[in-house]
Amino acid sequence: MLHTVNKSSFERNSLQSCLNAIDDSSVILLIEDGVISAANNANSSMLAELATQGRVFALQGDIDARGISSKVADNIKLVDYAGFVDLVVEHGTAVSWV
Amino acid sequence: MKISIQINEGPYQHQASDTAYQFAKAAIAKGHEIFRVFFYHDGVDNASRFTVPPQDDRNVVNNWASLDIKNADGEPELVVCVAAALRRGMLDEGEADKNGIDGNNIHPAFRISGLGQLIEAGIQSDRLVVFGD
Repeated sequence: MLHTVNKSSFERNSLQSCLNAIDDSSVILLIEDGVISAANNANSSMLAELATQGRVFALQGDIDARGISSKVADNIKLVDYAGFVDLVVEHGTAVSWV
Repeated sequence: MKISIQINEGPYQHQASDTAYQFAKAAIAKGHEIFRVFFYHDGVDNASRFTVPPQDDRNVVNNWASLDIKNADGEPELVVCVAAALRRGMLDEGEADKNGIDGNNIHPAFRISGLGQLIEAGIQSDRLVVFGD
């Protein structure tokens, strides 16, 4: 499954809820304010662990719009909207943690 | 692949509609079919033909209309939830007549219908992607 998270973890706990719920084959795409969690000082060890497994993506346009391009944590893969579409196609059911 | 989209937030207040539009445009560019876009809750405000943003700003309503998402019968597949729309003063000609109101504001690229259209989109499509706040 694909899980999209669109809120900063400083605003809501939707990322943590998502991390607690997902199974071993799921991937996470951070969009909108959710990309704040992709910054290397956002301090989520669970997210960092998933990122080392190549299972965390973030939307490039939203990263750029928030001025955090130079702070993206290691192993988080950046995608454009075409990449977003590919993730939806490849990973089956899409769940939005809004 | 057949993809449907659900949008729960209005234009300009939240990013949901912008993200959904960019997603839909990218999906079409990749050769996928957008089966239906369902506007629910405050998302119904994306269908107002009275929207007039500043000239140097994007026009969210016209952006959606420009995708020209229609079914085989030529009906728009930008579908606005009727209950959510009527509550918020979003009316097409038929609903205005029915309720004795002297005006209508649904953009012609959209149509008003019921929640069953969302369920059908979920059944008929390979994917349903939700954008909200």
